[in-house]
Amino acid sequence: MYEFSYQHPSSLDEVRRLLQENDEAKILAGGMTLLPTMKLRLARPSHLIDLAGIESLQHIDDERSSVVIGAMVRHAAVAESKVVRSRIPGLADLAANIGDAQVRNRGTLGGSVSNSDPAADYPAALLALAARITTDRREIAADDYFLGLFETALEPGEIVQSVHFPVPKRTAYAKFRNPASRYAIVGVMVAETSDGVRVAVTGAGACAFRVKEFEEALAKKFSATSLDGMSIAADDLNSDMHASAEYRAHLVRVMAQRAVSGAGG
Amino acid sequence: MTKNGIGESVRRKEDHRFITGGGQYTDDINRPHQLYASIVRSPLPHARILAIATDAAENRQGVVAVLTGKDMAADGVGGLPCGWGITSRDGTAMAEPGHPPLAVDVVRYVGDQVAVVLAESRAIARDAAELVDVDYEELPAVTDLVAASKTDAPQVWDIAPGNVCFDWHIGDAAPVAKAFAAAAHVAKLDVVNTRLIPNAMEPRAAIGDYDNGKDEYTLYTTSQNPHVIRLLMGAYVLHIPEHKLRVIAPDVGGGFGSKIFHYAEEAIVTWASRRVGRPVKWAAERSESFMSDAHGRDHVSHAELALSKEGDFLGLRVSTRANLGAYLSTFGPSVPTYLYGTLLAGPYKTPAIYCEVKGMFTHTVPVDAYRGAGRPEASYLLERLVDVAARLTGIDKVELRRRNFISPDSFPYQTPVALQYDSGDYHACLDKALEMAGYNDFGKRRDASAKNGKLRGVGFSSYIEACGLAPSNLAGQLGARAGLYEAGTIRVNPTGSVTVLTGSHSHGQGHETTFAQLVTEALGVDFDNVEVVHGDTGKIPFGMGTYGSRSMAVGGMALQAALGKIRRKAKKIAAHLLEAAEADIEFANGTLTVAGTDRSVSFADVALSAYVPHNYPLDVLEPGLEETAFYDPKNFTYPSGCHICEVEIDPDTGVVDVVSFVAADDFGRIINPMIVEGQVHGGVTQGIGQALYEQCVYDPDSGQLLSGSLMDYCLPKAGDVPEFNVATNVTLCTHNELGVKGCGEAGTIGSTPAVINAVLDALSKFKVSDIQIPATPERVWRAIRSAAA
Repeated sequence: MYEFSYQHPSSLDEVRRLLQENDEAKILAGGMTLLPTMKLRLARPSHLIDLAGIESLQHIDDERSSVVIGAMVRHAAVAESKVVRSRIPGLADLAANIGDAQVRNRGTLGGSVSNSDPAADYPAALLALAARITTDRREIAADDYFLGLFETALEPGEIVQSVHFPVPKRTAYAKFRNPASRYAIVGVMVAETSDGVRVAVTGAGACAFRVKEFEEALAKKFSATSLDGMSIAADDLNSDMHASAEYRAHLVRVMAQRAVSGAGG
Repeated sequence: MTKNGIGESVRRKEDHRFITGGGQYTDDINRPHQLYASIVRSPLPHARILAIATDAAENRQGVVAVLTGKDMAADGVGGLPCGWGITSRDGTAMAEPGHPPLAVDVVRYVGDQVAVVLAESRAIARDAAELVDVDYEELPAVTDLVAASKTDAPQVWDIAPGNVCFDWHIGDAAPVAKAFAAAAHVAKLDVVNTRLIPNAMEPRAAIGDYDNGKDEYTLYTTSQNPHVIRLLMGAYVLHIPEHKLRVIAPDVGGGFGSKIFHYAEEAIVTWASRRVGRPVKWAAERSESFMSDAHGRDHVSHAELALSKEGDFLGLRVSTRANLGAYLSTFGPSVPTYLYGTLLAGPYKTPAIYCEVKGMFTHTVPVDAYRGAGRPEASYLLERLVDVAARLTGIDKVELRRRNFISPDSFPYQTPVALQYDSGDYHACLDKALEMAGYNDFGKRRDASAKNGKLRGVGFSSYIEACGLAPSNLAGQLGARAGLYEAGTIRVNPTGSVTVLTGSHSHGQGHETTFAQLVTEALGVDFDNVEVVHGDTGKIPFGMGTYGSRSMAVGGMALQAALGKIRRKAKKIAAHLLEAAEADIEFANGTLTVAGTDRSVSFADVALSAYVPHNYPLDVLEPGLEETAFYDPKNFTYPSGCHICEVEIDPDTGVVDVVSFVAADDFGRIINPMIVEGQVHGGVTQGIGQALYEQCVYDPDSGQLLSGSLMDYCLPKAGDVPEFNVATNVTLCTHNELGVKGCGEAGTIGSTPAVINAVLDALSKFKVSDIQIPATPERVWRAIRSAAA
């Protein structure tokens, strides 16, 4: 790592001040991407502004039609939350299978959402559940949030505070994991919501995306067999030493079917 | 049975220290006024060094020196030596290029050492290393065997035209040709044995510490064989006489072969310490380990097996290209030759075998021994080929193996490829494995899997291996540039406790326990009163270290010989004390008794008498009770066994799940069954890793190592392997007193082909007959899809 200054503020105002004062400062949530990147000397922040001391980011709230999760809630806490488990079990399952135990005990929802790693699990959940991201400036719909490779609608210095997950009728996540990193090679979250069926894919493209054709087929009948014979184009999908674009395209359909089955369809 | 003696699963002495964080690894050691080294490594696979600008780094506060290959050359530092010479079939010696610890003119792989920064802290050294500005002229590079063999391929070395280091062969071609002419069937196989990256838990580290007052050097290093490092570095690289160089390999966290070799960093820190007058520590980051620890395997082969109509193996011919990397690592050339070609008979009585091997240079990390070293390459090729033959002839694959096994009554058995097996019972291991695997019910399990939409397959591997390296005179004839004996000292202390000094080195094997068991068995000394010392050339007799599953078969035998000397001397002392004839003294359970009487003396009293010789036969016997023995093995030892693997494949994704794994092995006499079982578990896990997970990938265009971290290079984790079902079937080694054979590598040697044969069995209904390792989900999915199309 390069030398940096560690900051541990206790309020968002202080966070904003530190960000304004230091051009090269970075916010530290769980650090599960940022710290390895720094260790590899691929990132060189002047300051790390740790959000761990900000209590207002640590909540899980059971609201009438949704579950609201603070940005600094760790994956393990989501996985173990009685609220999440009872209201959106598919989301608890997703969190329980992120990375490994060490990652789940450090990594946070806000960190994952802000980073938008193409292979992270949470983006699929946000899209499939039509979540809303609350920042210190505004609220952003998930459909408007994921823009590209590590690219989101967040403006410089904008801080994710919580994510608002509407409770679906049913949902499940199926993940084909990279055996080395435990990231998603392909992860598919399927949800039947009050606004219809939503199918969201992570791992396969530059960022999480929805598959409209699958959604339409499942809207007619919410059953895994509805997707039989369907496929998505491999053209824009990721290709690396672990999986070709063609294989990923195939897995999108298989994982979508497994997610539908997992959700009882 | 003696309590805590041979054959008992005694808990490991060393575990308390390791589990409670009390281990002392190289990076735990800090010397006063120590500096930290950071190595500047080549980012390019092949380039000419035009200039190295060090001033920016030198000017950084806290930097003491920046040294380059030119500085080393100016000090007369030599190249890293190769410990095994291979002679090509035309009688010429292998191409043996120089290997300066820091590159001088040209870099030849990504990770090649270019310069070293010495600084007051690790962080400063690392920061400053980035300020070293190396001006490179990029040259064309080649990383894989097939590309390196092409006529217009980039050349790694001028002295190795066509990138060929050696063109070696073994066996007699004429009878093989005859066998093929007479064959009813010829089974053929093209097979790649993939490159592996070892990844010991503890990264390599080294501390050089020069004592100006005494003009003595100490090197602390993560080594499996400190005396070998002292010999090679002292004699060839730094020209330090042995009495002025002490090498200490303290607790070492895993090696798997990768810590046998003499590495550049060891020479760099030792040399630099004298140059700057302060101790110098270097410790690898994991990324450095990936690009600087010697890799393993990397063969491309074509093999053909001639069979009679009835399925008798008539002849085998094998043509292999082996990737040696950019430089010759310490034992690199021996691995794809004498540790590979000689093993191609396997457990079979194939009468004629011929093998040719081209060792090739490429712009990659040097390749050397990795757990199994040559034998996994041989067993993988052979056991895959036997399955090809079974499919070709329609003979059941179990029956075909049985039919061709060397029978238990034909030992000693001379193979056509130089080795003479002393003992074994391949039928017994196969039978035991079949029973353990519940093979008769496999059909039911396959049907049950099919009902769940899964493809189930079963795979076999019957292997033999050669370990316990090695008779020195034979090894010398074959090109070894060192002896391969082992040394051990039994030091009985005056009050009867025992200190064992061994040339073997434990980096996970549990020697502190198993060697103590030998002492307890031989002398009746309480297990807790035995201490095993290893890893320090300042303390132990000249030893060759641990690799090739040699610790018990060679190191243990040296101790056994020393224990024999102790027993004989103890009897002499007891005879004097008991006023009896030496021949009448019986020595059992720690007591020396005059036969047929109740007159006895304890071993502790004998020891005390030896050190306080008031009543002692001083005229005929020296005082003291300490004996050293050097043991040179009479032959290799030949562990063998049968592994049976069952897999279940998800045809929708191609994921292979290893659902059961059985190993029935013959390791000769077992000293500690628990430790042996652990060795098999670890070895099999590594073999499954090669079969299904581990992928070393170089980008063919850029020469970069793409699988350069554990995020991409997939080591198997506990959840990736099944509960293992292991057992042993013992036939004793006939040429060592303990009857031991060795167990450290067998798991790796036997398992990979069993897994892949199971995968291919599961895919047989799609007529899939070949798959490249690792059998990743995508490869399996593609195989199914292309067969279905």
